[in-house]
Amino acid sequence: MSDEPDRRLSRRGLLGLAGAGAVGLAAGVGGTVAVDRLTGAGAANGAGVRYPFYGRHQSGITTPAQDRLHFAVFDLAENSDADDLKSLLKDWTAAAARMTQGLDVGKHGAVGGSPYAPPEDTGEALGLPPSGLTLTFGFGPSLFTTKDGADRLGLAGRRPPLLQPLPRFSGDALQPQLTGGDLCIQACSDDPQVAVHAIRNLSRIAFGRASLRWSQLGFGRTSSTSTAQSTPRNLFGFKDGTANVKAEEQNAVDTSVWVGAGDGPEWMTGGSYLVARKIRMIIESWDRSQLSEQQNVIGRDKDAGAPLSGGTEFTDPDFTAKDSGGSPLIPKDSHVRLAHPSVNGGVRLLRRGYNFVDGNDELGRLNAGLFFLSFQRSPEQFITVQKSLAGVDALNEYIRHVGSGVFAVPPGAKQGGYIGAGLFG
Amino acid sequence: MRHRSLLAGAALAGTLAIVLTGCVPNSTAEGSTISVKASEKSCELSASTASSGAITFTISNSGSDVTELEILAEDKLRIVGEKENIGPGTSPKYVVQLDPGTYYTTCKPGMIGAGVGQTEFTVTGKAAKADASQKKLTDQAVTNYIGYVKAQTEELLPATSAFTAAYLAGDDDKARSLFASTRVFYERIEPTAEAFGDLDPEIDYREVDAVAEGLSWTGFHRIEKDLWPPAADALNSDGTSALLDWAPSTPEQRKEFADGLNADVKKLYDLVHAKDFTVSLSDISNGAIGLLDEVATGKISGEEDWWSHTDLTDFAANVQGAEVAFGNVKEIAAAKGGSAAKLMDRIQGQFDAMNSLLGRYGSIESGFTPYDEVTDAQRKELSDQVNALAEPLSQLTSTVLGL
Repeated sequence: MSDEPDRRLSRRGLLGLAGAGAVGLAAGVGGTVAVDRLTGAGAANGAGVRYPFYGRHQSGITTPAQDRLHFAVFDLAENSDADDLKSLLKDWTAAAARMTQGLDVGKHGAVGGSPYAPPEDTGEALGLPPSGLTLTFGFGPSLFTTKDGADRLGLAGRRPPLLQPLPRFSGDALQPQLTGGDLCIQACSDDPQVAVHAIRNLSRIAFGRASLRWSQLGFGRTSSTSTAQSTPRNLFGFKDGTANVKAEEQNAVDTSVWVGAGDGPEWMTGGSYLVARKIRMIIESWDRSQLSEQQNVIGRDKDAGAPLSGGTEFTDPDFTAKDSGGSPLIPKDSHVRLAHPSVNGGVRLLRRGYNFVDGNDELGRLNAGLFFLSFQRSPEQFITVQKSLAGVDALNEYIRHVGSGVFAVPPGAKQGGYIGAGLFG
Repeated sequence: MRHRSLLAGAALAGTLAIVLTGCVPNSTAEGSTISVKASEKSCELSASTASSGAITFTISNSGSDVTELEILAEDKLRIVGEKENIGPGTSPKYVVQLDPGTYYTTCKPGMIGAGVGQTEFTVTGKAAKADASQKKLTDQAVTNYIGYVKAQTEELLPATSAFTAAYLAGDDDKARSLFASTRVFYERIEPTAEAFGDLDPEIDYREVDAVAEGLSWTGFHRIEKDLWPPAADALNSDGTSALLDWAPSTPEQRKEFADGLNADVKKLYDLVHAKDFTVSLSDISNGAIGLLDEVATGKISGEEDWWSHTDLTDFAANVQGAEVAFGNVKEIAAAKGGSAAKLMDRIQGQFDAMNSLLGRYGSIESGFTPYDEVTDAQRKELSDQVNALAEPLSQLTSTVLGL
């Protein structure tokens, strides 16, 4: 399963190049991500957008948040060794490099192989454009060291000291089957079928070496990671991610997102740390709360997203502003205040969460919520913010953290290399 | 229980469906000669070792019934040579090419049952130079696989009689103890039975499938539900009440189901012993793939043996059947070298891992952990290993055919 040269420009043949009069537009988002906009038609929802797979950083972090998510966590097979992991990462890289460019997996793809063999690619993305697909890979603490401290792959010495299981937070209701894991893949795309196709094929490639532990589909991004994007709403109906780190804030990205040289270990330089939290929303209770209560819980106006201290969506909140009775306009237990950098030692996160609805529970309530994803230079940034929120945040009445994972996201791969090569160097 | 469409392309049928012609290679004067004394009770060899190459067996049948000589591979399952229809008082010669290794010989009086006088037989020396002739390898694979299918029905027939006899006599304890071990011979060759249309539904359909397809429900699973009668509040695998349109069989019904199963199994025996019975190379490789599919869809979920929970025995038998089918064709692919040979190694490695994982739960001989006592985490581990094996195995047909 080597990285074959492109046999076709894309699954959709020439992707309408002839008719569309394609323009190659390189937008320097985040300094590293080039957007190759192939068609004018369909670009409205990102259908023709294609992001490079190889580069200094992995795509899917400062990339403008796509509309859809399929996040998957894998456990390495019990009897796998470091060579199995290496071969898996090479195979995953080769397949990911193709899929993100809108190509099918393998030498023969979905329909080009023997009629007597199962197709290498599962085929459901045939004819679909790249749709902005990014695939971002990460390593959990248990990849390096078992719960009992055993060096399962001989890679314990490579484990970043910062990569530790997250501490328990007040109010956690974590379910073991939604927590932890050895490896993760974040697939983001503007077409859900393209994201699912990617995870499905990567899972298949892993059979015998790793298997799915838990996974999550997300619809509707709840964060903007570029100033070019409008701020979306989460399932509470509020704009979310207004104050997020944006790709265009080069300093903030370097300070808060990328692991710097000297942060250690060296193989992580240019990488990041990913925290995933599955947050169930008790939306039925939320929906019965009064508008003023909702706004006080969040600390923002529901309509425009402006802080309750006044202004517009992007006005900085003024936590000192008081009403005529002397009470703070932005309540002390509001979410915006407790999550704000000014109360967390200046800590910022790059959030990339998605709304989810997994059917309903046995009580007939929508099993809905926010699949929180954040990238940061150190997991400590997330821990600081979450400690500030846990137990105090007025929002806690309406949410439960039911799943959790922390992963070291290595830097991007060079052409000809593979994701995570630094583990073995 | 699943109908995989066999490769029936005209081109394939023309080139690959080899008609069974009997024994294998030419006799050579220099090879070892072994005499075999076959009777109702024994199967004695004049020597337990021989040099590799063409080995001549002279089989004297002193018994009163027709017999056969089987030569089994080290796994005691895969047949590498057999001489059938050895009449009483006759002493035919049979020549077989064997590479160095451990084998087992056994005689089968009446050409039925497990055989008598199983003896370890060692072949020493050098492996024969790989025969470049794919035709020859193919002929051998087909011959040996047909021998295996026949051998399984030869054991299935008496085992089924004993099982149904206990059921008919109302000795349910004994019938329960024979249920899983009888099915083993069927589960190992299930794709072959499925190729005969109505036979598999009559022998092996589960209640929910029979009801859904409007068939009258017979066979092993009908008897299973009598032997492990459901509690009043028990549910079928599709969530309907276990008692819906079901009641314990009357003695008359028991007779009907017992006779029916015996007759169907005899029909299967006759069909695979018919002179014109043959399989193609792709039937064998697809059979291996199909058996793993059976495991991945039916056994891993515990739906197959819903009342007896003997799913792991079926599981292990499916895996054994797949491994035998794979073992019959792997030399053909390995002879191609390169990635085909590598794939064969990978598949063999996954079979080994599958067997060692199954070994943690018991064995076909001593029984397995009831499937309702296998935890979800253990089921996932089993499922992961099935996927690990089934994924490379799914390449077998195209690799063996080179198409």
